[in-house]
Amino acid sequence: MIRFEHVTKQFPDGTEALKNTSLVFPTHKLTVVIGPSGCGKTTLMRMVNKLEKPTSGDIFIDEKPITDLEEVQLRRSIGYVIQRIGLFPHMTIAENVSLVPRLLEWPKEKTDRRVEELLELVGLEPEIYKERYPLELSGGQQQRVGVVRALAGDPNIILMDEPFSALDPISREQLQDDLRNLQQEIRKTIVFVTHDMDEALKIADTIVVMRDGEVEQVGTPQELISNPANDFVKSFIGLDRINRQRSFGERKLKEFLAVFGEVPREGALQISGEATIDDAFSEMEKSGHPYLQIVEAGRTLAYVSDRDLVKAALQKQEGEKV
Amino acid sequence: MRNFFDTLVSRQDMIQTAFMEHIYLSFVAVAIGIALALPTGIIIARYRRYAEPVIGVTAVFQTIPSLALFGFLVPILGIGSPTALIALIIYALLPILRNTYTGITGVDGSTIEAGRGMGMTRTQILRQIELPLALPFIMAGIRTATVLTVGIATLATFVGAGGLGDIIYRGLQSYNNSLVLAGALPVALLAIGFDQILKWIEKRTTPKGLKN
Repeated sequence: MIRFEHVTKQFPDGTEALKNTSLVFPTHKLTVVIGPSGCGKTTLMRMVNKLEKPTSGDIFIDEKPITDLEEVQLRRSIGYVIQRIGLFPHMTIAENVSLVPRLLEWPKEKTDRRVEELLELVGLEPEIYKERYPLELSGGQQQRVGVVRALAGDPNIILMDEPFSALDPISREQLQDDLRNLQQEIRKTIVFVTHDMDEALKIADTIVVMRDGEVEQVGTPQELISNPANDFVKSFIGLDRINRQRSFGERKLKEFLAVFGEVPREGALQISGEATIDDAFSEMEKSGHPYLQIVEAGRTLAYVSDRDLVKAALQKQEGEKV
Repeated sequence: MRNFFDTLVSRQDMIQTAFMEHIYLSFVAVAIGIALALPTGIIIARYRRYAEPVIGVTAVFQTIPSLALFGFLVPILGIGSPTALIALIIYALLPILRNTYTGITGVDGSTIEAGRGMGMTRTQILRQIELPLALPFIMAGIRTATVLTVGIATLATFVGAGGLGDIIYRGLQSYNNSLVLAGALPVALLAIGFDQILKWIEKRTTPKGLKN
C-alpha cells in the first residue's frame, strides 16, 4: 500500500503541482490517476520513487516513510514504465529487460530465466527477440518490452506514466487488454497515470480524478459514472459515457419530452415523469391503456403512445451514433 | 619526378626522423587533448550552465591563426617540443570537447529518465547509457582533432620542435620543390592514415543497435 499524507509539491517557479493531498493506493490493485495535463498526476506518481520530493507531507510504502529509504534502492524495488518507452537502443532486448536484475546483482542463470519468462509473458518469443535491438521492434512490441522490463526485478509496486499514449490505437487497445490480463496474474500494486478516460474506465480498479493539484474524486469506474462528485468529474468523464452506461429502458420518461407530443388523448393513464421507459411499457401492458399522460407536480407534460416510446428509443440510438 | 625519388632516397634518414617526430607530436598532442577535453566535456554536459563559457574559450583559441599562436608561445615558453605540444593541444581541445558535449547532451532524455527511474546511479547512467550512446560523436571529434593536429604540426618546425615541417621548410628555403613534396606528402598520408584508422574505430564503437 502506498499512502500520501498531506503531500504538497511546490516547484521553484511557484506553481503548486500538488496541494495538501492525502491518498491511498491499495495493495494488489491497479489505480489509475487521471486528469487534464498539468493537474499534477505525473508529479504525484514520480514522488513514489523519489524522482520528485514533496515540499511538505509524507509518503509511506507499507507504512514505512519513504524518506527512510535510500533512493537508488527504492527505485530498484519499484517498476517504472514511461511514456516514451525509454528502451536503451544500444542494448539488446535481453539486456534491456535484465537491467534491474543486473543492478541487483542476481546470479546470471536466474536473470536469464527471468528474461525468457517475461518475454513469454507478453508474447515475444525469447529465441527470436532476445538478441534483437529495440529499433528493430514495432512501437507496440517496444512498449511490451518496456512493461516487462519494469517487472523484471519482481517489484511489488509498478509506476506507469501514460505508457500507451504514444502508441497507435490498435496497439494501445491490445496492450490495455494485455495489462488487464497480466494484472490478474501478477497482482501488483500499480499506479497508472493517463489522461484518457476510456483507458481509465477499461483497466482501473480504482480511479483518482485530479484537477489543479487536487483530488476531485476517488472511486471505482462504476462509482464515477453513476455518481460523479461534481461538474468537473462529470464533464471529464463525459456526459456521453454517463448516459451510455445506462441502458435505454432505465431512462426516465422526462428525458424524452422533446420527442413526445402534447396533444391530449382520451383514456390516458397518468404516470410520473420520473418513471422509466421500462415502467411505462409495463404499465401500458398491465392497464391496457393505449396512452400515457406524463405528469409532474400536477402539470401534464406530454401524452405518449407505445409507438412514441419506440420512436424515442430509435432516435436516441441514432443520436448516440453521432 | 625522378628528382623527387632521388630526394627521397638521399634524404631518407632525415625524412624518417622527421616523420617519427611528426607522429610523436601529433599523437602526444591528441592523447593529452583527449585526456583534458573528454572529462571536461562530461563535466559541462552535467553542469550545463558552464558549457557555453568553456566551449567559448576553446573556440576563441581556435580562431587564433596557428602560426601566430606558435609565435605567442615562444616568448613565454621558449622553443622546443613542449611549446609545440601546448599549441597543438590547444587546437585539439575544441573538436573533442564540443563533440563530447553534443554527444552526451544529445542522448535521448527518455532513456536517462528510464535509467534513473529504475535505480541506476549517476555513474551507472554515465557509463552504461550516456557514454556508449555518445561514443560515435566523441570518436568523430577525436578524428577531426587528429587530422587537424597532423596538419598544424608542420608548423612545429618554427619553434624548433622538428617534424615534417622541417623538411618542407628546408625545401622552401632552398627552392627545392622535391624536398617540399618529400615533406608534404608524408603529412598528407599520415593525416589520411590516421583518419582511416579512427574511422574504423568509430564504426566499431557505434553501438550495434544504432546501426541501420
